[in-house]
Amino acid sequence: MTKQIVTMTVNGEKKEVLAEPRELLIYVLREKMGMTGPHVGCETSHCGACTVEIDGKSVKSCTMFAAQAQGAEIKTIEGLGSPENLHVLQESFKEHHGLQCGYCTPGMITRAHRLLIENPNPTEEDVRFGIAGNICRCTGYQNIVKSILSAAAELNAAKEAAQ
Amino acid sequence: MKDEVTREERVTKLKGLGCSRKRVEDARFTQGKGNYVDDINLPGMLTGDFVRSPCAHARVKSINTDAAMALEGVVAVLTAKDLEPLGLHWMPTLAGDKQMVLADGKVLFQGQEVAFVVATDRYIASDAVELVEVEYEELPVIVDPFKSMQSDVVLREDLDPKAPGAHGPRKHHNHIFTWEVGDEAGTNAVIDDADIVAEESMYYHRTHPCPLEPCGSVASMDKVNGKLTLWGTFQAPHVVRTVASLLSGIEEHNIRVVSPDIGGGFGNKVGVYPGYVCSIVASIVTGVPVKWVEDRMENLMSTAFARDYWMKGKISATKEGKITGLHCHVTADHGAFDACADPTKFPAGFMNICTGSYDIPIAYLGVDGVYTNKAPGGVSYRCSFRVTEAVYFIERMIEVLAIEMNMDAAELRRINFIKKEQFPYHSALGWEYDSGDYHTAWDKALKAVDYDGLRKKQAERVEAFKRGETRSIMGIGLSFFTEIVGAGPVKNCDILGMGMFDSCEIRIHPTGSAVARLGTISQGQGHATTFAQILASEIGISADSITIEEGDTDTAPYGLGTYGSRSTPVAGAAAAMVGRKIRAKAQMIAAYLLEVHDDDVEFDVDRFVVKGAPERFKTMGEIAYAAYNQAIPGLEPGLEAVSYYDPPNMTYPFGAYVCVMDIDVDTGVPTINRFYALDDCGTRINPMVIEGQIHGGLTEALAVALGQEIAYDDMGNCKTGTLMDFFLPTAWEVPNYETDFTVTPSPHHPIGAKGVGESPHVGGVPCFSNAVQDAFRPFGNRHTNMPHDHWRIWKAANDLGMHD
Ligand code: FES
Ligand code: FES
Repeated sequence: MTKQIVTMTVNGEKKEVLAEPRELLIYVLREKMGMTGPHVGCETSHCGACTVEIDGKSVKSCTMFAAQAQGAEIKTIEGLGSPENLHVLQESFKEHHGLQCGYCTPGMITRAHRLLIENPNPTEEDVRFGIAGNICRCTGYQNIVKSILSAAAELNAAKEAAQ
Repeated sequence: MKDEVTREERVTKLKGLGCSRKRVEDARFTQGKGNYVDDINLPGMLTGDFVRSPCAHARVKSINTDAAMALEGVVAVLTAKDLEPLGLHWMPTLAGDKQMVLADGKVLFQGQEVAFVVATDRYIASDAVELVEVEYEELPVIVDPFKSMQSDVVLREDLDPKAPGAHGPRKHHNHIFTWEVGDEAGTNAVIDDADIVAEESMYYHRTHPCPLEPCGSVASMDKVNGKLTLWGTFQAPHVVRTVASLLSGIEEHNIRVVSPDIGGGFGNKVGVYPGYVCSIVASIVTGVPVKWVEDRMENLMSTAFARDYWMKGKISATKEGKITGLHCHVTADHGAFDACADPTKFPAGFMNICTGSYDIPIAYLGVDGVYTNKAPGGVSYRCSFRVTEAVYFIERMIEVLAIEMNMDAAELRRINFIKKEQFPYHSALGWEYDSGDYHTAWDKALKAVDYDGLRKKQAERVEAFKRGETRSIMGIGLSFFTEIVGAGPVKNCDILGMGMFDSCEIRIHPTGSAVARLGTISQGQGHATTFAQILASEIGISADSITIEEGDTDTAPYGLGTYGSRSTPVAGAAAAMVGRKIRAKAQMIAAYLLEVHDDDVEFDVDRFVVKGAPERFKTMGEIAYAAYNQAIPGLEPGLEAVSYYDPPNMTYPFGAYVCVMDIDVDTGVPTINRFYALDDCGTRINPMVIEGQIHGGLTEALAVALGQEIAYDDMGNCKTGTLMDFFLPTAWEVPNYETDFTVTPSPHHPIGAKGVGESPHVGGVPCFSNAVQDAFRPFGNRHTNMPHDHWRIWKAANDLGMHD
């Protein structure tokens, strides 16, 4: 199949890749751009392991073609924090044991990141509903929910302190 | 030298046994820097993909690969014919049976591997799979094990119908084994004479462990050096190396097997799958690395399932409710090949723990394994070898007996528990329970939930329902479980002849940090965190200064891997023992440095001190440095040790669970209002990790009890091959759990730990199921089969006339 050049911004960096029209975004991210943070758990939009952020929305990247991301602004787990400066959510998942095998974690944190932008003061119910598209087989969610609520509180406290 | 730091501070600094140390694994996982099999990308690597059978039972008349081979980018298409000269078209299963790697003349289940396409990328491989033409001649399909045992249709034509199988004589051409434990005649005599007898048949449905990461492997044959490297989703990498060596003829030292990060296992990644074998062969044939990673559908349809047990029970009791005997027969559907992952002498795993937590004087268990046209497997899904089935069985039998006797099920349990003073307890079916205090745990649990108050509320709700004031009923699910984990003593536990010990080796560096390697492999349990804690307390070096490595057979000592909650009981014990070896040498070094006799120094947290003169001491850091840099008469330089631990017995964790549930009888929707879990796993290594394991195990229990199922239609089509049909709970369906504990150490484990990863699943399934069934008990329910999905709950209500 004829390949075409797709241009997108990934974690703030402009990228160009050669991809067939049928190639899924998740595989292009993982195999052509070296972004192996987002994972593949189902390829049918059920598990959320492949979640990334595209133009300010949580997207399951197994559900769209790379070609559809032409011109898009993409954020993956790799773009959330740096080893020296972890994102509050990353710290919070570590602190509250919000992960075990870690396979769902990049998608889960990326989703939580968008959730907290959309709703900075979520209730437990909001969080549970907001991450219902992301499956975790290990944790039973209790500590994930705790991690996200605690991150929300911390982000809000930081915001208040800054004002 | 004056010590400024208090003893307490020194203990804290160790981050040893008993503290909720944060996990060291999390830094990479939270940053997306884990390294899972599918993340491996080697230069020139090819991708493999399977042609799978659409039929559940058919003869393969022909396979034409011409069109596929003609596609640009396709490098090879392997069929059984290509594997046959290598003797690799069949492979041994862990249960002593054999399994086709690629269809050899016929296919026996839908989704079976027929041909393996190797191409330059995943898309081309998929295209080529479509181009392989296979001609099938359909044969009669059998999906029911009872029909299978009556049928003239021979499923396994490769087996001599008269010859015994791996576990003794076979009664029929579709029969695999009969396994019997206990005294059948004696049990029958007791039951025939008993005041009270309750009988019940129950089906523990087929399900699947379904870890979020599917199975896969990357094989790389380095022809220059004659060395094969195999990365894969292996819960038992050393066993995989041995099997790969036996199968391929490559000497074991020339095979390196690596389990990188594993995205959950739950039993799914114990066995050896055709994909692993095909990736190896393809790499040998092509001379470049070959990756195979299954998709979710392939995972659910073809890799190891769990359960599928048809259980028939009889339990007898005195008028007072004291149980006198238990009879159990199981018809076990193993699918097309017997690919259970049980220790060799236990073809039905530890199903003979089915007397549960109760003092039952006489019992019998018989299990018949049967072939059908379903996927092979029978693995322990978050349980230790069929314990989940055993505990479900006895916890349902107790409920049924309580109904028969019109008695409270909590009280019935209490009067039958094995008493604290009876431990070590010899069960009627042959186990020696190491330790327990069931009454204390049970009382604590019932008090915590205000059991009597709950029953009162339930009675009020029944009245309100009968008056037509509500359509919601209330269930109180109880379960008390005894697990049997830590397989196991080499004298009676082996897999494919390999004894089930485990191992740990440690090397202390001159500056007092260390690297330790074990024969196990974490799939999310957090071994790098918790094993370091065991070592920290034993050796006196901070856990933060101890790196844990597992999963690389070139570096780690031989061990049987991680499943059946065996890591803490076996490898954890090896870690403690290796620590003690280090300490023994450190004691001699310290004594030399302090110029006293060996017996005059003693270990204290992170140092050796002169007895009676605590101001005279050498820290472990100082001792390590001296071990390398000082000539000590009579001692070799260096500070390292290895321990292979063969456990004297299994460990027996236990727990008491209570679930409070509302059920809407018109929609069949259950709402979990409360779940209380008390676990006793002996000595607690890391409470945070324990709680995490319990949350996760309970959630998998909720899934199995309330909807998760691998179902087939009569044609052998798998109806649950995607996450659309196969229930995995989301955050929305899952409650918050209350966790609690008692501590009854194992008397034979060096630190008293028993293991916990699987307890919540084992105890959780009957608890959720009992909650549903208890809600219907006042309306006449005795037993309904799982999974209790909305439809089945609705139907239970309907069958009891609650919609009239
Ligand atoms: S892989 Fe995309 S949702 Fe599962
Ligand atoms: S941590 Fe394993 S799937 Fe979520």
